[in-house]
Amino acid sequence: MDIFIQQVVNGLVLGCIYALIALGYTMVYGILGIINFAHGDVLMVGALTALSAILGLQYLFPGMPQWLMLVVATLIAMPVCAYLSYGIERVAYRPLRNAPRLAPLITAIGISIILQTLAMIIWSRNPLIFPTLLPSSPIDIFDTGAVITGKEIVIIVLSFVVMVGLLLLVNRTKLGRAMRATAESPRIASLMGVNPNFVISATFMIGAALAAVAGVMMATNYGNAHFYMGFIPGLKAFTAAVLGGIGNLAGAMIGGILLGLIEALGAGYIGDFTNDIFGSNYQDVFAFIVLIVVLVFRPSGIMGERVADRA
Amino acid sequence: MTTLLLSVQNINKRFGGLQALSEVGLQIAPGQIYGLIGPNGAGKTTFFNVITGLYTPDSGTFILDGKPYQPTAVHEVAKAGIARTFQNIRLFGDMTALENVMVGRHVRTKAGIFAAVFRTASVKREEAEIEDMAHDLLEYVGIGQYAHYTARNLSYGHQRRLEIARALATEPKLLALDEPAAGMNATEKVELRALLDKVRQDGRTILLIEHDVKLVMGLCDRMTVLDYGKVIAQGLPQDVQNDPAVIEAYLGTPAH
Amino acid sequence: MTNPSEVSATASKAAAANASGATAANSPSLAPVNKKWLAIAGFVAIALLAPFIAQTFGGNYWVRILDFALLYIMLALGLNIVVGFAGLLDLGYIAFYAVGAYLMALLSSPHLTTQFAELAQLFPGGMHLGFWWVLLIAGPVAALFGVLLGAPTLKLRGDYLAIVTLGFGEIIRIFLNNLDRPVNITNGPKGINAIDPVVFFGIDLSRPQELLGVALSPGLMYYYLIMVLVIGVVIISLRLQRSRIGRAWVAIREDETAAKAMGINTRNVKLLAFAMGATFGGISGVVFGAFQAFVSPESFVLWESIYVLAIVVLGGMGHIPGVILGGILLVGFQEFLRELAEPVQKMLFGQVYIDAEVLRQLLFGLALVVVMLYRPSGIWPAPRREDRPVTRTRSHTSRLEGGA
Repeated sequence: MDIFIQQVVNGLVLGCIYALIALGYTMVYGILGIINFAHGDVLMVGALTALSAILGLQYLFPGMPQWLMLVVATLIAMPVCAYLSYGIERVAYRPLRNAPRLAPLITAIGISIILQTLAMIIWSRNPLIFPTLLPSSPIDIFDTGAVITGKEIVIIVLSFVVMVGLLLLVNRTKLGRAMRATAESPRIASLMGVNPNFVISATFMIGAALAAVAGVMMATNYGNAHFYMGFIPGLKAFTAAVLGGIGNLAGAMIGGILLGLIEALGAGYIGDFTNDIFGSNYQDVFAFIVLIVVLVFRPSGIMGERVADRA
Repeated sequence: MTTLLLSVQNINKRFGGLQALSEVGLQIAPGQIYGLIGPNGAGKTTFFNVITGLYTPDSGTFILDGKPYQPTAVHEVAKAGIARTFQNIRLFGDMTALENVMVGRHVRTKAGIFAAVFRTASVKREEAEIEDMAHDLLEYVGIGQYAHYTARNLSYGHQRRLEIARALATEPKLLALDEPAAGMNATEKVELRALLDKVRQDGRTILLIEHDVKLVMGLCDRMTVLDYGKVIAQGLPQDVQNDPAVIEAYLGTPAH
Repeated sequence: MTNPSEVSATASKAAAANASGATAANSPSLAPVNKKWLAIAGFVAIALLAPFIAQTFGGNYWVRILDFALLYIMLALGLNIVVGFAGLLDLGYIAFYAVGAYLMALLSSPHLTTQFAELAQLFPGGMHLGFWWVLLIAGPVAALFGVLLGAPTLKLRGDYLAIVTLGFGEIIRIFLNNLDRPVNITNGPKGINAIDPVVFFGIDLSRPQELLGVALSPGLMYYYLIMVLVIGVVIISLRLQRSRIGRAWVAIREDETAAKAMGINTRNVKLLAFAMGATFGGISGVVFGAFQAFVSPESFVLWESIYVLAIVVLGGMGHIPGVILGGILLVGFQEFLRELAEPVQKMLFGQVYIDAEVLRQLLFGLALVVVMLYRPSGIWPAPRREDRPVTRTRSHTSRLEGGA
């Protein structure tokens, strides 16, 4: 029980981040039926944009409270990512809507590479330090021996706020209704007066905004940001989306948190289970194994998939 | 007197809340053209999918050529001797007509990967035979000169014939055609009928789903009529045609 | 009653059909057929002379570039079977390259005998199976890996298949990177060096040799070795393409349900595609291990899988000459860029803004997007077939009753 609570805490933080990213994947897959391979790199752009914003704010308004700087930086990063994602959809996915499935996947890979190299050029090839603007001194959790930091609490709380906000958006607003309709059947939705292209663009933009927030959280949590920070978390978040049921929003959230917990607990205990043959350096493997197991044994995920009927 | 080619009994298939097929059965003698008709949604294609292994029935027995037949895997169906065409034509669009029919020969030939790599004399012989037979079949269905045309460039009527040629290449005991006349004009239908007659004369058995009642009446030896997943009539065409239940199913009111 | 203009129309059509090589035996004009063979002959000549040209004008560095180009072409031809023929999107193909390379490294280098005393006792002279034996073993071993990695993916749709194969590729790399504890099998990130070179009838290809007064550098000799293997792969690919299995692959790619309905056991046929592709990947890996004399997990990262996939997709999916062209273009362009990117920037702007390496990746990404948008079947796709009618003389009586 010694590290259990700690790993649960770590897993929860990781899982919240995965959940936010997974939502972007799941929404796009639900409507278009494609994996937005470049989504993880949008996250990276969000984190690096926020970093630049913070540096700019620190220069221009040195007196600004740190948490406010973080908020402003995030609010700057979100629309940047939203428009970036909008552009990606227009340029790389929309022209290939009727092409064989291979084509948008290849363009997505291409876009992913372009984003990474542009990040290398604009920012740096080396990891950059992301300033710690939230309290990061450990707080003991009762008597469990586990600790949590202020920034981790913020990440968890903020994630839940965002997720609730998204659920409200999708279930209570007109746009949300349009999104749900398009996700079920774009053709019928358009017959009802919904412009599917508009909904698709909105979906990409919302997903990207969430990814920006997730990127800032990641950078805050690990203290750095670099051009490759989005790719692997992106893949893992996609795994989380599949785990929860692709196309299913609640599924993405649950899948994300669950994957975070699996990863943290797995990394924490694998040494014990395997007599130190395998250590926590195999952490990344967990997500891939989860992906393979889910797709082979229960491809519709925990909560069932919801993909558009594009007959 | 004649042994049955295909005997199907008590087929039940449910999809969630919908009982797509209930207690459906029919019997086809060799050399017959057997028709399966019924209004839209009656379950005809579902039945086809069940006997060709695409759906697993909830219950039912099949006897093909005297032996029990369990259509579990789709690819075993062709091996067992049932070849089908599809309602909305599923050709290999990028391949030529000839290559499409050559794929039909797959199930009766055996060259594997080592054979392909080493290309021995017997492999070359088998390939030549496959190609020759494919040409023959294309001529048989009347599109011999289109052998090297890309399948998706063929006209609709020719594509339907190509699908039949491809199915014939598997040397089936039973040729199962799912609405082969759909979308055809009157001339094409006449040609199709002639082709099916020819196939029957050459000793093959055909199971046919069709909407065109006139075509079916003139062509089929026996028929089954489905409605809402149930058999509502079975027998000779003229008997079925006059069956009040059938008339009601199609027209909705009892005929006078 | 035939119409005279109809007759002449059919006559000229027949003449055109004859001229395009359909029945070349007694037709007057052979020009197009000759052109094709001339082009192939020219290409082969250049391919045979390339290393000498490269050596003279660029030195050993450029000869090694050619060697790597050939290795990539071999890889791409292997992946072409999986992606191009069978339509299975494999994003983790480099794993098979790694299998072959590490097989060579483990079976033909001092590593295992230095790590494990028991093995040192069994093999007092060290484990030096040698290239040729490892090559023989690598085929089946890689094929086995192909089946293992392919089996879970059989029911997956295109995108999912891609991600799962990507995952497998990464898993293999992570294992290679970490299997140095608790027992040191792969030596982790440090890699394994001192791998035995190829020895051909007593001639060590990693040492400069002389033949009939001509100096043969290692790079040169390896070039011809790899070229022979590439030619073998090309021949096998061509044979597969025109075989029963090859047709089954295309059928699955076009419409899997219809393929099943025609009696094709799609599960086994797909596994065959994975196995065949993996075999070629593994063989390439063995050569790589012997050639570079050093392997490490760095050579088998995701980027490499994407690179090989790009060669296939950009070159011309499923079209063997296109894939070869894709390999030449991508590797050539990469080197070209490496040489010129920085000097040109200095010349134009006075300083280097973008590293050659970064620029190359950027342009690579752009190429992927642009080619998919404007030429999705690749730069040199399979040529569109002419839809011409067939006039066929029957060589035997029809087997069908009644005939046509």
